[in-house]
Amino acid sequence: MADESLVAKEVPKGFQVFFGDIGQAFFTGMGYIGGLATLVLDIFRSLFSDPYPLNDTVKQFEEVGLKSTSLTSLIGLFTGLVIAVQFIVGLERFGLQLYTGQIVGIAITRELGPVLTALMVAARVGAGITAEIGSMNVTEQVQAIEAMGANPINKLVVPRVVATTFCVPILAVIADIIGILGAMVITTLETEVGGKYFLDQVTDTVQMIDFGSGIAKTFFFGFFIGIIACYQGLQTRGGTEGVGRSTTLSVVYSSICIFVADFFLTKLFLTF
Amino acid sequence: MEFIEFQNLNKAFDTKVIYTDLNLKIHKGETITIIGGSGTGKSVMLKLLLGLIEADGGKIIFDDKDVTTLDREELISIRGRFGMLFQGGALFDSMTVYENVAYPLREHFPEYEEEKVGKIVQEKLEVVGLPDVAEMMPSDLSGGMKKRVALARAIATDPEVILYDEPTTGLDPTNTNRINELIIGLKKRFQVTSIVVTHDMNSAFKVSDRLALLYNKKIEIVGSKEEIDQSTNEVVKKFINGEIEEL
Ligand SMILES: Nc1ncnc2c1ncn2[C@@H]1O[C@H](COP(=O)(O)OP(=O)(O)O)[C@@H](O)[C@H]1O
Ligand SMILES: [Mg+2]
Repeated sequence: MADESLVAKEVPKGFQVFFGDIGQAFFTGMGYIGGLATLVLDIFRSLFSDPYPLNDTVKQFEEVGLKSTSLTSLIGLFTGLVIAVQFIVGLERFGLQLYTGQIVGIAITRELGPVLTALMVAARVGAGITAEIGSMNVTEQVQAIEAMGANPINKLVVPRVVATTFCVPILAVIADIIGILGAMVITTLETEVGGKYFLDQVTDTVQMIDFGSGIAKTFFFGFFIGIIACYQGLQTRGGTEGVGRSTTLSVVYSSICIFVADFFLTKLFLTF
Repeated sequence: MEFIEFQNLNKAFDTKVIYTDLNLKIHKGETITIIGGSGTGKSVMLKLLLGLIEADGGKIIFDDKDVTTLDREELISIRGRFGMLFQGGALFDSMTVYENVAYPLREHFPEYEEEKVGKIVQEKLEVVGLPDVAEMMPSDLSGGMKKRVALARAIATDPEVILYDEPTTGLDPTNTNRINELIIGLKKRFQVTSIVVTHDMNSAFKVSDRLALLYNKKIEIVGSKEEIDQSTNEVVKKFINGEIEEL
């Protein structure tokens, strides 16, 4: 009896708090992932049982895809510019400037184009989706859809998730191309390498597997952005303040998810 | 069995208990008002009845069916017999008034042609006294007008039961009166059953046949207006006198 209280006292307080917090975070995280998984199931159920929301999907393609094109292209362009500048400096030390095209091509198609495009879409579109669905949720519009016999998953979630899943790859392809062209301009300006030679280098080195694995990842990124943004929107409670909080979390979670998924997907694709 | 019955209903959100063994019977064609402080679970009762929220235990009978056991298809068809006026109106911001009022029609009667939908929408907007707002966006309407458009949407499918969640809260006296008259008028014209949830006592006494007080996770008392008005129940007296806001 006495020993027990002694043991309890010997465990430092901070220690308990630390592990308590970890445990708490673990369960919260598991609950979140469970919630996402349930939403994914609901989406598939809706795809099979409800009429497909074609009009809303077209609208979302416009919202997610068309309206993001200039932003993601701009990001692609500057990524190409800066990455070329950096490699020109780096490769100069070894006298290998001739290889700028090869390295830049691989860096952009395998990694930078897809990931940066996805991050920009998470920030612009993911936040927008969460804010929209979140404010519909706190003003009971989501329940109103349901009360009138429709399925909010079908009306709201399906079109948005489909749009993000297919728009991010398209945007990434555009960003890849613009990024490489930007790198080409810088390389021809700052080195002896000519534009034609640069592009030949890129097309010789960058293989379908590089380009393909980069773009394949973006389908997953787009899907995660859509799912997280919708889930976060549907979870929103507590008025306008809640909408702000949800929107921030949506961007944070989908960004984390993009980085984590990027690592594992890259590893996975390398095994093929 | 009554038209609508809540039987030994239990509901909690996480650790927060909302009802323990709540019972209430609602007759066909009456207007019953559920009064109670804010946060006591008045809105949740309406949402449970529509199957928007799941109960933890007990039954909710509507027209001899237990709503808590229905599958998705059955729930959807049941919802077609209800109209709900949400507290803030819950109009869809992204749609015109016309599209808002047409929404339940398109869901429940996809076979209706556009002309028929348009005729019904116009007719319902006239019922609520707003014949000229069809092409406006909800953001262009005042609070009172939003509530009335929301009411037009709630009655679009000619429901048998109308659920009103705080229909007069936040409205000025003119709009409050107008909404009260509409609730009374709809009952007279269409013999609907109405369930009103409010903490506005004036409105409650004006529109209802019977009142029920939600207190301490149960229906504390149910009775006709006169019975409630003359009740000796301490809680009821305090509530009527406006001495309890948060129960
Ligand atoms: N979907 C929900 N999830 C968690 N808690 C909820 C939900 N809906 C309502 N509540 C809680 O249930 C209680 C009763 O809510 P409500 O029925 O809206 O009260 P009121 O009587 O004011 O209409 C409140 O404390 C509210 O926070
Ligand atoms: Mg309420």
